[in-house]
Amino acid sequence: MSTYANKKGFGATIWDYLTTVDHKKIAILYLISGGLFFVIGGLEAMFIRIQLAIPNNDFVSAGFYNEILTMHGTTMIFLAAMPLVFAVMNAVVPLQIGARDVAFPFLNSLGFWLFFFGGIFLNLSWFLGGAPDAGWTSYASLSLHSEGHGIDFYVLGLQISGLGTLIAGINFLVTIINMRTPGMTYMRMPLFTWSTFVVSALILFAFPPLTVGLVLMMFDRMFGSNFFDVAAGGNTIIWEHLFWIFGHPEVYILILPAFGIFSEIFATFSRKRLFGYSSMVFATVLIGFLGFMVWAHHMFTTGLGPIANAIFAVATMAIAVPTGIKIFNWIFTMWGGSVKFTVPMLYAVAFIPTFTMGGVTGIMLASAPADYQYHDSYFVVAHFHYVIVGGVVLGLLAGINFYWPKMFGTMLNEKLGQITFWTFLIGFHLTFFIQHFLGLMGMPRRVFTFLDNQGLNTGNMISTVGAFLMAFGVLVMVINIIITSVKNEKVGNDPWGDGRTLEWAIPSPPPFYNFKQLPLVRGLDPYWVEKMEGKTEMTPAEPLGDIHMPNSSILPLTIAFGLFVAAFGALYNMDDKTWTLPIIIVGLLITFGSMLIRSVKDDHGYHIHKEDLMDDKDKGGKA
Amino acid sequence: MKKRLHKWRLIALLGIVGLVLSGCGEPFLSALKPAGNVAQSQYDLLILSTLIMVLVIIVVVILFVVVLLRFRRKEGDETIPKQIEGSHKLEIIWTVIPILLLIVLAVPTVVTTFDLADTKAMDKKDKDGKTKDALVVNVRANLYWWEFEYPDLGVVTSQDLVVPTDQKVYFNLTASDVKHSFWVPAAGGKMDTNTDGVNQFFLEFDSKKAEDSNNLFYGKCAELCGPSHALMDFKVVTKSKSDFEAWTKDMKSAKEPTVTGDLAKQGEDVFNQSCIGCHAVTPNDSRPEAARQAPNLATFGEREKVAGVLDHTEQNVKNWIKDPEKYKPGNTMTGTYGELSDSQINALAAYLLQLKVEGK
Repeated sequence: MSTYANKKGFGATIWDYLTTVDHKKIAILYLISGGLFFVIGGLEAMFIRIQLAIPNNDFVSAGFYNEILTMHGTTMIFLAAMPLVFAVMNAVVPLQIGARDVAFPFLNSLGFWLFFFGGIFLNLSWFLGGAPDAGWTSYASLSLHSEGHGIDFYVLGLQISGLGTLIAGINFLVTIINMRTPGMTYMRMPLFTWSTFVVSALILFAFPPLTVGLVLMMFDRMFGSNFFDVAAGGNTIIWEHLFWIFGHPEVYILILPAFGIFSEIFATFSRKRLFGYSSMVFATVLIGFLGFMVWAHHMFTTGLGPIANAIFAVATMAIAVPTGIKIFNWIFTMWGGSVKFTVPMLYAVAFIPTFTMGGVTGIMLASAPADYQYHDSYFVVAHFHYVIVGGVVLGLLAGINFYWPKMFGTMLNEKLGQITFWTFLIGFHLTFFIQHFLGLMGMPRRVFTFLDNQGLNTGNMISTVGAFLMAFGVLVMVINIIITSVKNEKVGNDPWGDGRTLEWAIPSPPPFYNFKQLPLVRGLDPYWVEKMEGKTEMTPAEPLGDIHMPNSSILPLTIAFGLFVAAFGALYNMDDKTWTLPIIIVGLLITFGSMLIRSVKDDHGYHIHKEDLMDDKDKGGKA
Repeated sequence: MKKRLHKWRLIALLGIVGLVLSGCGEPFLSALKPAGNVAQSQYDLLILSTLIMVLVIIVVVILFVVVLLRFRRKEGDETIPKQIEGSHKLEIIWTVIPILLLIVLAVPTVVTTFDLADTKAMDKKDKDGKTKDALVVNVRANLYWWEFEYPDLGVVTSQDLVVPTDQKVYFNLTASDVKHSFWVPAAGGKMDTNTDGVNQFFLEFDSKKAEDSNNLFYGKCAELCGPSHALMDFKVVTKSKSDFEAWTKDMKSAKEPTVTGDLAKQGEDVFNQSCIGCHAVTPNDSRPEAARQAPNLATFGEREKVAGVLDHTEQNVKNWIKDPEKYKPGNTMTGTYGELSDSQINALAAYLLQLKVEGK
């Protein structure tokens, strides 16, 4: 395989990405599509804030506003935050554990394409009769009442993309358990790998309840079953339980990787090992575990009774303890360190007070009787944006800035990065801090307008101004990415100079096989350990030998595409259209046909021969 | 429990937090201006938790600022800091102290949760099946309007909830189409109106606080329920105990409305042709819930708002009847009563504005 280094034409590059099973390229696919959906979700947010800038505004109509708010939430959670998290995981985790790829490269690609086609399907609803309009929670009574196909797009699109997420979760579990390089014991794994590990376990248990809920909903809407139809003996509260048994762990699925990224960044730019590593690991696992015990705090006003409310209130408060441990450990990682304020570190530093504020309002919400006031008001909107934007988005921005050189071999511009950071951060606080008060002053959430003379005007105006500042920050970031990509100034293995973990011991971007020889890990922060002993590279754990690599394949794309086609048939089948059945059949044939080819055709991959590796002049390629 | 919270409130910092917060919002709408015991106990929890949390934030921010100032890397500084694994002492401290703080919050939380769920008074019935010594209101939420039925009084009204001050008012909450949520921020937290069954809770309105807001509070739907979710407002009118008794007497004895003036009489004819299928005009509506498809209009002339959100003027009544879709998109009234001419609408408005029970 000496052709890989040749310059490729545009078409060949596209084909390469469509068929790739390389975790680094899949990371880039996740990054691009997640980034695209993030911009779409952001535009929807701007529509929301423009509409709510002044009372009785008519920038968008009431029904359209509900579609926007639903798609904003759904897009940001499922189609922006999740894939961006997977982008960083794919780019980093195999490198951090010293693996040549994930355990199932084919499945990795399949997971991406399922997510991608699910997301496209969901967003096509805008052009095909209207988007879902029952909120991202899609509570059953309203979604069964909703006319048109919006909810069907939601139900089918999320099932397809949810399948992708589940596959990705399982893949990372297997990868982290089986693919660690010699010496990389569990308690030497970097915190980001640890959080990926815990998150993958959460995905494994959290997504099935969502799938069950979506399937029941699909049956109700498509085949006239009555799981949620109260008049026919169904029960809508079951949907709330199913959704939140998924929904609460979901927010931890998003936040824990951000915690992991920040842990790496704090240690790196303080030149100090993570303070209290074992307790950080313990806290991560505990948060993941407790995340399954608290879902009913989203339902304090549903009427579950005082016993359930009291139990879930106390359980929810308990989560503050491991989270607090983390906050203090991060602060003490910096304490006594040599702290350098690079752009990723700025995000990490800003994250501490921002997330703490989101955390403490979380505790306020946990107090059930007080929550009767906060619930479904703008107080809640403020709270979850403080944890999701203040935690997850800052984490992703930090991670993308931090790992950009590792993914693309070039550094993002610091000056522009700082402009993005400051405008985004200030805009964020301007937008959401005031919303705590709007909620307490009596503004319910998910309202398309508010009346004059209720004392809500000033706060909403401030919030809208902040949103524009955030949008400006994102715009600068996009410009930054374009400028950086055009300049494309190459950097070496460890561009930040303070790298501690394995990924910084290999070239940026790494060769497609990652490690020529698997590295030997001799402690926590393995690259740092070697550096402190005056070495510049890792000690190999194996002699130079042939490397087994998987072949590229278009099949993951076609499997996902078949489901995409079938979903259209299923959607319009509800209208008793005759052409829908063939569409369903064709779609499923594509999917199962592709699976059949995959099963029947032997694909043993290929080997990179030892001799080729020795010829390799790729600088620094000798790991 | 209340005593303990009372002590807390004496703490100066708490006072400041309270002062800052109470500057916010309108007394008829804001949860920060509690107008009864329920809202007050929730507000006390809000203040207690805010205090604890401000304490946490202060500690974090102090440590944070010290780190940012003391441990900056100087230009060209290549020293390697000491690699510290951790500190059991510190880690125990920041595990135990949060637990203690949470216990301080958890105890009143649990106590209040049970206090606010105590609706036993609703179950004590006399031999006629009427609630003995509690005022019960059945709240039924519908797509963008609210019905309030007083089962023990045999009275139905809608959009404007009338309650006596200084006593507990108990609610049975349900929804007839999709899930809504019943929220009077100034009087206390919300409770969902499910389609699946009945939820129960109570609120209290303090007479002095009610005076501050002219005996009128705003109520909201707090659960996304469709396009006009934002417009699904209702009003709470508070009355002293004796005024409330007078009101119930008026309501119970109200007969078919009699209107004066030719225009209003014409309006009555239009109403009987186009509207009466859904709307009732007497408060003692004994039909079953399913038959009560639209707001009861017996007190329409005395309402605070038209359709819950528009100012109570004749012009707005006409506008509303002419094109309800424009004011509440997705409502269930649009298109159910044919095309009315302008003169019919004028007559109808004149009739509707004369629908009064109290004679105010």
